[in-house]
Amino acid sequence: MQIRLTVNNTAHQLDVPDNTLLVEVLRGELALTGTHIGCDTSQCGACVVHVDGRSVKSCTMLAAQADGQEVTTIEGLADGESLHPMQEAFKNCHALQCGFCTPGMIMSAIDLAQRSPGLTEAEVRRGLEGNICRCTGYQNIVKAVLAGASGMKAAATS
Amino acid sequence: MATEENTGIGASVLRKEDRRFITGVGRYTDDIQVSGQTYAAFARSLWARARIDKLDTGVAAAMPGVIGVLTGAEMAADGLGGLPCGWLVKSKDGSDMQQPEHPPLAHTHLNFVGDAFAIVVADTEEHAQGAARALEQSVEVTELTPVVSLADATQSAPIHEALTSNVCYDWEIGDKAACKAGFAVADRVVEVELSNNRLIPNAMEPRAAIAEYSTGTDELTIHTTSQNPHLVRLILAAFVQLAPEHKLRVIAPDVGGGFGSKIFVYSEEVSVAWAAKKLRRPVRWTATRSESFLTDAHGRDHLTKAKLALSSEGKFLAMQVATKANLGAYLSTFASSVPTYLYGTLMAGQYATPAIHVEVQGTFTNTCPVDAYRGAGRPEATFVVERLVEMAARQLRADPAELRRVNFIKPDQFPYQTPVALVYDTGNYEASLSQALQHADYAGFAARQRAAEGRGKLRGIGLSCYIEACGLAPSQLAMNLGAGVGLWESAEIRVNPTGSVVVFTGSHSHGQGHETTFAQVVSSTLGVPFDQVEVVHGDTGRLDFGLGTYGSRSIAVGGSALIRASEKIIAKGKRIAAHLLQAGIDEIDFQDGVFSVQASNQSVTFAEVAFAAYIPNNVPTDEVEPGLAEKAFYDPENFTYPAGTHICEVEVDPETGKIDIIQFVAVDDFGEVINPMIVEGQVHGGLTQGIGQALFERGIYDDNGQLITGSYMDYCMPRADDLPNYVVDTTVTPCTHNPLGVKGCGEAGAIGAPAAVVNAVTHATGMKDISMPLHPEKVWRALQRKRRAA
Repeated sequence: MQIRLTVNNTAHQLDVPDNTLLVEVLRGELALTGTHIGCDTSQCGACVVHVDGRSVKSCTMLAAQADGQEVTTIEGLADGESLHPMQEAFKNCHALQCGFCTPGMIMSAIDLAQRSPGLTEAEVRRGLEGNICRCTGYQNIVKAVLAGASGMKAAATS
Repeated sequence: MATEENTGIGASVLRKEDRRFITGVGRYTDDIQVSGQTYAAFARSLWARARIDKLDTGVAAAMPGVIGVLTGAEMAADGLGGLPCGWLVKSKDGSDMQQPEHPPLAHTHLNFVGDAFAIVVADTEEHAQGAARALEQSVEVTELTPVVSLADATQSAPIHEALTSNVCYDWEIGDKAACKAGFAVADRVVEVELSNNRLIPNAMEPRAAIAEYSTGTDELTIHTTSQNPHLVRLILAAFVQLAPEHKLRVIAPDVGGGFGSKIFVYSEEVSVAWAAKKLRRPVRWTATRSESFLTDAHGRDHLTKAKLALSSEGKFLAMQVATKANLGAYLSTFASSVPTYLYGTLMAGQYATPAIHVEVQGTFTNTCPVDAYRGAGRPEATFVVERLVEMAARQLRADPAELRRVNFIKPDQFPYQTPVALVYDTGNYEASLSQALQHADYAGFAARQRAAEGRGKLRGIGLSCYIEACGLAPSQLAMNLGAGVGLWESAEIRVNPTGSVVVFTGSHSHGQGHETTFAQVVSSTLGVPFDQVEVVHGDTGRLDFGLGTYGSRSIAVGGSALIRASEKIIAKGKRIAAHLLQAGIDEIDFQDGVFSVQASNQSVTFAEVAFAAYIPNNVPTDEVEPGLAEKAFYDPENFTYPAGTHICEVEVDPETGKIDIIQFVAVDDFGEVINPMIVEGQVHGGLTQGIGQALFERGIYDDNGQLITGSYMDYCMPRADDLPNYVVDTTVTPCTHNPLGVKGCGEAGAIGAPAAVVNAVTHATGMKDISMPLHPEKVWRALQRKRRAA
């Protein structure tokens, strides 16, 4: 079927089989391989992207369901050389090791920060329930999400 | 946080590799696209044990998009060898371990659920999967009675017809008679029966492989998710005999976690490479998470009876351990060594116990093969030792910290020969214990316990004083004990004419941050700016043979090789500098990237020397060869012995059985530390896997051998809201036998944590023992039983 997707500000018209998942379009057709597949039960969160600004597990959404919508992936966050505050925070806080869960973590974290302005540590820990990391023990991820949320707030007011 | 200025050894330098991962341009195996690629899927056993009677591939081969269906029988007909086990363990009676055949694709018998018997190659993943499912439905088999329970396996009929029993080996270490004598004079004996729960590794990136065969050059290139690509190449060439080593290139690009599970050479990667060569098409395969659960080598799975003999003063006199270790259906690559040389040898722990005897029966069952998983043998050993010691303290009504302290090997006793073969080079166990007790406010525990009681909560505190042996070594000793590979590591340093440096290491990074820490080491040693040092790893086509990353060995062995190569660079640099400065070689000093003539103001920089090495204007090439590149192979003298104290404090809700970790303190002695930020991150991750084992994780097979924890719906992974913020600190007694004084930090958390958690929960609840994982329901039921009994 024909679908239209705007991905990282670029419009695409695609012809895909009906049962194609959004993540398959991103990784396959569009070669945006920063979005990962870590499980087959929608548990791990490595595939999280934003659809119209809200975090979505792209392994659980048909590409057709995103027809006409704006998709942002990890590749679309940085502004040229300048990183998104959440990306910056993940680096500064050593919030990643193997890096495989990281794109999904960052996309979830940004949505979390956007939805709850006064994010607490407990809210971050609860909010990351749908993202599994096997490397870091989450401590530095939680630290990064709090720092990234502050960075986003500062960037928004400046 | 690190500063721009300080990038040397000991600085928390931010990671070089992060930028590509946080911007989504990392390059993992499944991210790679190859022109003309085809997709593989595997037909797998639905049965724990069965004989293949008939496999007709006709229907599957005729399905849409199918390019080829290749079976185990065809693989055998092609003369491919089986998957080897790299460590030959001998039984007590001197006999070799029993090794079942392990064909990459099964062709006569299926021995666990998930055992692959055919590979289907098609134009799309969907088509390949469809045909593989059809094969699974159509294969005709005779179901055989599976052996699933570890407890019963040694008495059950052998699962492999060619073997005499399900016992792979009956191994021992230590002096049985001395141990018996210790028990004979004991004032008190503490006994325990423990299970060490089966774990499923769950690196977040599933295993994957892409194989390309070049007809013109007869070369086979494999991109795969490996912790040690050279080992893959060696096994494919020497054992599977798929292609000669010089025609094989194995590349492990960005790898998304391993924890041991990506050390091994598996059926799927081998079959993909074979199919690519046979079909003359590039073939790719990426495991689904379900396949990862079924087939990534599992970890742990022991049943143990152990006892500790004590004197009236609480001195440990002797320890006796008998373990049944589950090896699964086949011997995975290093499976045999994990419950023996990486387990029995660690039973002294941090203590001067004079007599220890350990017996281990490695056992086959119709389950996924079991092999090294983060810690590999050492968590299991620590769990036995630290549960026994904690129980002894409770029985003696002694302070657990004090009982440990009086039995520690003292700093003046090093080097210390344990009764179980290892010689600890150095350590200061008292120092890490004291520091951990302080961080945990151990003295204030009683007041916190009373306060919790007021809130209806049961509060407990548990210690675990672990020892670890890292950087398995030296090669000669290990090979005398049955190891089939060397245990050294390689390094090459190539200095470019402009003075920048490329470092090639045989170690592999899949989250550990070697591109940063190894650059710190070389930058410090050669005085080259940090951002001009590039670290290359994971490609057999670009670097010398290497042994990869496992057993927390990378900095201790791979880092030491870097130092040796740096020393050679400096030595050659001095010869070049001597010519440039018209001085004798003995007069040249090297420091901070500058070669200078002693007692003069004459000097040349490292970059100037590099330039002169390649553009040898003032350097006679008949005396000094052009170029500036050096290699080193470093074989360690001994293991390194990180050790430390972990303290866990919990509150248990008696109404629900739910456990909250209130505080977790880890004080580790890793020797010298290259990058404290990265080391702390490694500890966090290790602790989380250890806490995962203690509280959440267990791989469970039902009586028919079906894996019932086969997805993230059923297998409980630790999540962010399950965990506390850890308090992590270090003490430093430098390793005595490697040039950096380092010991390794990757596995410590997973080794120490399980016993600390269980000791805390049993302390809180007053239970003698409870088996891992400590699910709330299990804890609640145990509390109810205790209440009724009271």
